[in-house]
Amino acid sequence: MSPALFWFFSLMMIAFAILVVVKRNPVASALSLVVSFIGLAALFVSLDAYFIGTIQILVYAGAVMVLFLFIIMLLDLKAEEKRVVTAAPLIGGIVVGFTFLTLLIRVLAGNANGKLPMPALPGPVDDVKRVGELLFSQYNLPLQIIGTLLLVATVGVVVLSKRELK
Amino acid sequence: MAITVPRPDLSAAEKTYLPALWEGLKVTARHFKNNLFGKGKVTMEYPEERWDSHLPEYYRGVPALVTDEHGKDRCVSCQLCEFICPPRAITITPGEIPPGDTFAKTEKRPQEFKIDMIRCIYCGMCEEVCPEQAIFLQKDYLVVGTRREDMVHDKQKLYEIGGLKTGLVNKWDEKK
Amino acid sequence: MPDFIQPWLFLLPIIIKVVVVFAVVMGLVAYASLAERKVSAFIQDRVGPNRVGLPLTLLGFKKDLAIGGLFQPLADGLKFLLKEDLTPGHVKPFYYWLAPALTVVPALLTIAAVPFGSTLFGYKMVVADINVGFLFVFAIASVGVYGIVMAGWSSNSKYSFLGGVRSSAQMISYELSMGLSLVPLLLVMGELNLGKIVEYQAWHGWTLLPFTDLRIQWSPHWEISGLNWREILLWIPMLISFVIFTTAVFAETNRAPFDLPESETELVGGYHTEYSSMKFACFFMGEYAAMITGCALITTLFLGGWHLPIPIIHDGAFSLQTRTGDHGTLWGILNILTFLGKVIFLVIFFMFVRWTLPRFRYDQLMRLGWVWFFEIALANIVLVAVLLAFFPK
Repeated sequence: MSPALFWFFSLMMIAFAILVVVKRNPVASALSLVVSFIGLAALFVSLDAYFIGTIQILVYAGAVMVLFLFIIMLLDLKAEEKRVVTAAPLIGGIVVGFTFLTLLIRVLAGNANGKLPMPALPGPVDDVKRVGELLFSQYNLPLQIIGTLLLVATVGVVVLSKRELK
Repeated sequence: MAITVPRPDLSAAEKTYLPALWEGLKVTARHFKNNLFGKGKVTMEYPEERWDSHLPEYYRGVPALVTDEHGKDRCVSCQLCEFICPPRAITITPGEIPPGDTFAKTEKRPQEFKIDMIRCIYCGMCEEVCPEQAIFLQKDYLVVGTRREDMVHDKQKLYEIGGLKTGLVNKWDEKK
Repeated sequence: MPDFIQPWLFLLPIIIKVVVVFAVVMGLVAYASLAERKVSAFIQDRVGPNRVGLPLTLLGFKKDLAIGGLFQPLADGLKFLLKEDLTPGHVKPFYYWLAPALTVVPALLTIAAVPFGSTLFGYKMVVADINVGFLFVFAIASVGVYGIVMAGWSSNSKYSFLGGVRSSAQMISYELSMGLSLVPLLLVMGELNLGKIVEYQAWHGWTLLPFTDLRIQWSPHWEISGLNWREILLWIPMLISFVIFTTAVFAETNRAPFDLPESETELVGGYHTEYSSMKFACFFMGEYAAMITGCALITTLFLGGWHLPIPIIHDGAFSLQTRTGDHGTLWGILNILTFLGKVIFLVIFFMFVRWTLPRFRYDQLMRLGWVWFFEIALANIVLVAVLLAFFPK
């Protein structure tokens, strides 16, 4: 993929991620997050990780955010009042942000492996098959545990909401 | 009192909706097939096929004024129809009949008689109320015009539509 | 040819495919709207649109040629373009304008991964031959909800809002059983690429009719081959999958009997109540494009895509043969026509269902989706897994 596309999608991601925080209207924030997710999916696809890219859109943009939006709309949240910016949180935020950025840059700059050019992939990778094989062989136990956890959570939600009705 | 309609007891097969779907599709497919071969059409394709021969006896079309066999304008401009008309579609300008006229006995005849067909609701009250059997609802239903003025029927137009009507009570007849 | 064009030449067949597919889908959308009106008219003993044809009187002829109202879509399109484009004062303009576009685009994007033919002049007849084509279709379809949700929310009216909420709840619910109903197919075929799924069906029999390599021989002796227990037993879960998937497509495309988001009797027009002119036409086109895409998907996954088995009697044996574009350009074109024919057949079936069934009640809809289809689809997966364990390839 050409670097131009990489810069386009990464800048799009960052811009819309900032919009998520800056926008005062919850619906606008949620939709910005969706666009940000789509940018992320495009970046995954650019790395030949079609499976993860598609799943990113399918699960996050297509299911999770729709539910978010749904709930925001149902609750009819109004746009937030203009927040009063006080000095302490502002300075704190700037300090934390800068610390993280410096750390990130130093680690990336110090890591020699990060500068090595990766050899191009020989051809189309059967990434679905690889992810599947890895999940069901090497990471089988964690997968089963996560599955059970999700099942327990689902049953718990049903039980709790039923109790609410009585 | 509220009436509780019992829900029908459905069998397991009926609960899948599939038999109902099948039966319904059979009906629609039959109608589709019939119409595909030009049978079963109920639509009257208007400009080519007209209602004229299918109109019932009691059909109420446009109201119009009539003349009788003696060539007399039946209307005496009593203005009863103007007063009864629910949407106030009728406007009558009464006029006197000069003494030398054959029908001078009637005293009055409409100088102008206007029915605004945009307002008319075809209720037939004017026909009902008329003491002179002068206004009748015809079988015509085509009233078209490109301007509002075109939609107002004046006296000439009304007599044109109504034409001659025989067999009415001629109470102003000279011979009686 | 100048040298600087050379590296971009590979784009040419892709662009041609994109343009042709887009044109064909839009043409299908236009004529699906006419077909819907005609089919509904015939079912209800009416005539349907039969006036708009060639306006020969404009050219000085005595009579117009009506040809059964064949040019009605053109007139409709012109009407939509020329109508007043009204933006009500109470809407949220940005999202109000964005929503129609977000409805049309996903519906048209999905068709990119669907193979509409085998090969023609050595090119694969699919716009985007991606390995995860199957998931791609679902990803894009799931994004299609946004247009409707946004239309319902931004219109700022109770009818639109209720329509939008209903629609999103319905689409989320049915996406689940839709995805789950296809897992058995993937278990059997072991492929996510839609092109390869069709190829698998071409050589191993359609998902819905898994007997394509059937061979009946009567001379010199009676013999039937190509039938085995694995195929016959796996047929049952495939039929279940087909029923669930088709019903879910009905629900996903908001078509009757699941057209609650726009049920006229309750919600005026549903999520597009406040829309007029071309913006309304966008929703309209989006609905039909989604229906055509859905039909194309059903064709691809269950009805063998572009594949048409050709019956051959040779040496006293009856068998079915597969021909692709590799056997000649004519076969390639036949494959594309086969695909189109199957899609059109399904679209007409969709129309028949719409004019046959009454609308579901909302609780029935949710019950059907969550209590029945979801569970049956799950059980179906287990059934196929067990069958595959007993009858491995």
